[in-house]
Amino acid sequence: MADAASAGGGRGRGRRAGLRLWLAGGWLLFMLAVALLAPWIAPKDPLAQDLFLGRLPPFWVEGAEPGYWLGTDSLGRDVLSRIMHGARVALLVALVAGSLTCLIGATLGLLAGYFGGWADILISRGIDIWMAFPPVLFSILLVAVIGPGLPAIILAIVVIDWTRFARVVRAEAMAQAAMDYVASARVAGRGRAGTLLAEILPNVLPTIVVLLTLEMGIAVIVEAILSFVNLSIPTDSPTWGGMIAEGRSSIHQAWWVLVFPLVALFLMVLSFSQLGEGLKDRFDPVLR
Amino acid sequence: MSFLVVRGLSARLKGDGARLLRGVGLSVAPGEVRGLVGESGAGKSMIGKAVLGILPQAVEVTGGEILLDGTDLLTLPPGERRRRVGAACALIPQDPLTALNPARRIGPQITGRLVDILGWDRARARTRAEEALAETHLPDPERIMRAYPHQLSGGQRQRCLIASAFVAGPRLIVADEPTTALDVTVQKQILRLIAEMQARHGTALLFVTHDLGVVSKVCQSLTVLYAGMVVEDTGVRSFFRAPAHPYSAALLAATPRYTDPGGSLTPVPEAVLAAVRAEVAARDAAAEGARHG
Amino acid sequence: MRLLRAILLRLATSAVTLAGVAVIVFVVIRVVPGDPVSMMLPPGATDDDIARLRAFYGLDRSIPAQFLIWAGGVLQGDFGTSITNRQPVLDLVLGRLPATLELSVLALGLAVLMGGVAALTGTRLRGTRTEAAIDVANGMALSVPDFLWGLVLVLLFGVIFPVFNISGRVTPSLDLPFTTNFYLLESILRLRPDLVADLLSHMILPALALAIPLAAIIGQLLKQSLKETMHLDYVTLARTRGYGENHVILREALPNAILPTLTLVGVQFTFLIGGTVIIERLFSYEGLGNLAIDAVINRDLPLIQGIVILFAVIFTAVNLIVDLACVALNPRLRHG
Repeated sequence: MADAASAGGGRGRGRRAGLRLWLAGGWLLFMLAVALLAPWIAPKDPLAQDLFLGRLPPFWVEGAEPGYWLGTDSLGRDVLSRIMHGARVALLVALVAGSLTCLIGATLGLLAGYFGGWADILISRGIDIWMAFPPVLFSILLVAVIGPGLPAIILAIVVIDWTRFARVVRAEAMAQAAMDYVASARVAGRGRAGTLLAEILPNVLPTIVVLLTLEMGIAVIVEAILSFVNLSIPTDSPTWGGMIAEGRSSIHQAWWVLVFPLVALFLMVLSFSQLGEGLKDRFDPVLR
Repeated sequence: MSFLVVRGLSARLKGDGARLLRGVGLSVAPGEVRGLVGESGAGKSMIGKAVLGILPQAVEVTGGEILLDGTDLLTLPPGERRRRVGAACALIPQDPLTALNPARRIGPQITGRLVDILGWDRARARTRAEEALAETHLPDPERIMRAYPHQLSGGQRQRCLIASAFVAGPRLIVADEPTTALDVTVQKQILRLIAEMQARHGTALLFVTHDLGVVSKVCQSLTVLYAGMVVEDTGVRSFFRAPAHPYSAALLAATPRYTDPGGSLTPVPEAVLAAVRAEVAARDAAAEGARHG
Repeated sequence: MRLLRAILLRLATSAVTLAGVAVIVFVVIRVVPGDPVSMMLPPGATDDDIARLRAFYGLDRSIPAQFLIWAGGVLQGDFGTSITNRQPVLDLVLGRLPATLELSVLALGLAVLMGGVAALTGTRLRGTRTEAAIDVANGMALSVPDFLWGLVLVLLFGVIFPVFNISGRVTPSLDLPFTTNFYLLESILRLRPDLVADLLSHMILPALALAIPLAAIIGQLLKQSLKETMHLDYVTLARTRGYGENHVILREALPNAILPTLTLVGVQFTFLIGGTVIIERLFSYEGLGNLAIDAVINRDLPLIQGIVILFAVIFTAVNLIVDLACVALNPRLRHG
């Protein structure tokens, strides 16, 4: 009878979770389109400087210049165009770094969780050591050492965040490996590798997808942090983190230089995490 | 004059409105032990919970009254009701393993109510708690008071809970299947202990159980429930001699007897079930009619 | 006795972890190209100058040899000399550590306070709109990391309602009587409310930025375990004894619900400390994290090593302390 009562609440929650999923996914698709089309739809050249047009306010504030919808920064570069181009870097890092981290972390987690023994000891020990590093400092260190640039950022994210996947996937794979259906697959004559791919992976996959979505949001943040401390892209190609760093230093003169890239970053990170949480609810049979 | 009188008590589930109690009436006099029996889901625990004010949030009382010493609990404001119940009643719970707070020592769990609700001073509460523990034949009450629950056995914990129930000299105790979770060997001792404590304190006792064998040992009267409806309310002797309602008779026939362990058990016949279900439906229809008419 | 052995085992594992961290940092820094020495000399320096400086910092030896020399020094408390500041690394690092510790502990306190209040309020008012609102706020706080909260706070309380300071640790023009670097602690002990107020006005925003995500985690987990506990028999029993909702939540449910939360708070507190690196940068707070970023940008190898090792030591120590606290709070483990 308690079940009946909670099921009623569950339906309401299900609708809300569905809406959340659609909103987050829709926003990300929209940003993806903006990023892909940026060279054609951006109103201005994101790199064009014009010191006579420096620190123009956004369109609804007095003193705004037509065409510069969200104002300009201290060098007279168009904020809106820079946000659009910045989305390219953010999403590229999210997709590439997220997928690579997922691939490596999940593989190690599956191996450790299913095979156990030495593989598990080695990988678990590695996870412990990794957890003792301050992650932000470590990523800054790596990028500083490798030298700025996209590949360095992606590498830094992969090197640091593989443990997020490995830890969770290892635990899940362990739990699955102990289940009866795995034993019966083995009895039915499947090899160990076959069992791992055909029986365990499909059951761990929902968790991996959720983690991947969350990881993409984390990658976006890491990229922003690195460009905030001026370690991201060597050229002055626009990044949200770089824009935020500039906005932070001129915050009392031109708030819009900080606010708009911050809103863009905030919404993207929120969307990735809401998408991840929404998928988690969707996959979780208890909540469904 | 009965200490507890329940009249026309009805309750249902908030979500889909399923009826859980259908106009239940019963009474327990001081010194009386009343059994409350029925199959699982018949609502017997629900009545005890309604009296003590611990119904699950999903359940709402839709009608009737619960008179404790002449005052209707359902009309009291929540705080007043809680204090009144806390001062006059106590619960002996089903599972001694989960009914003691694992983070607190036994002593404070027994004396807390005496100090906080009844306003006793600590020393007096302590002495009384040790006395109550000794009444339940627990050796070395002082040590027990200092122990954490995990340091005691299931039987010892149930004795602590019984001591805790009787510590403030309550006038009504609800025992909710107090032996179900225990070993068979411990069950008999605990049952004897409850009966002994009840007799010593002259408490009114509402004994919720599904076991007619237990009823025959400790109760003087009993109420038989089916689907939240009282089907029979009688003395224990007359019940075991000749149950008045066909459903009670069938229930009795379905109970194993200590005197005849090899005897065959008959499940409740379909015809009897159909008849009692029809009774339930008729009562629901009457309740609907009263509401709309 | 069993407890002592468990502690020793934990210490041993921690030592292995720290050694691993040391090796990795050392290798990572040296395997990659880039010569810090050539960067610190003026453009006109001769090869001879470079070679002499390299020898001075021991950079002319093989990597394993460098590691052994460095590790031997570390074990004696010598972390080398900073290349940019030309001061002992240990002095630099220990000079900044108090600032970071004060910030982290303040943030932890705020997180426990906010998360605890959210969880208790949500439990007390379960099933109401307030609970739903708390859940939504929790979800938001959880989805967004400290860096972004820091920026939002800079905007909100630094620019729109400029009530707090958004850079530095203390107003520079103030006359500071401190003998240690634990400014906040010392100004409290010296009973200087003016200094406490100034320090807090600088620390509150970075501390909040660090605290918000952790508060959300604490709030969520504590509420969940409180809710589970509220259904247990001993809580019901307490209700029949005449106790009200507040007593039931605080005295019966909370002591049991706290344990799982505490374990998690330990791990999360290390994440919080890691977050100080970027948050200190964002608020120009003169702590270890800010020093670390400067060191990385200047390729100050000895300093980077020292800081990373110190962070790792702090992380390990926090985990150890939390494990011990769990034992101390759990009667099952304490009175076996």
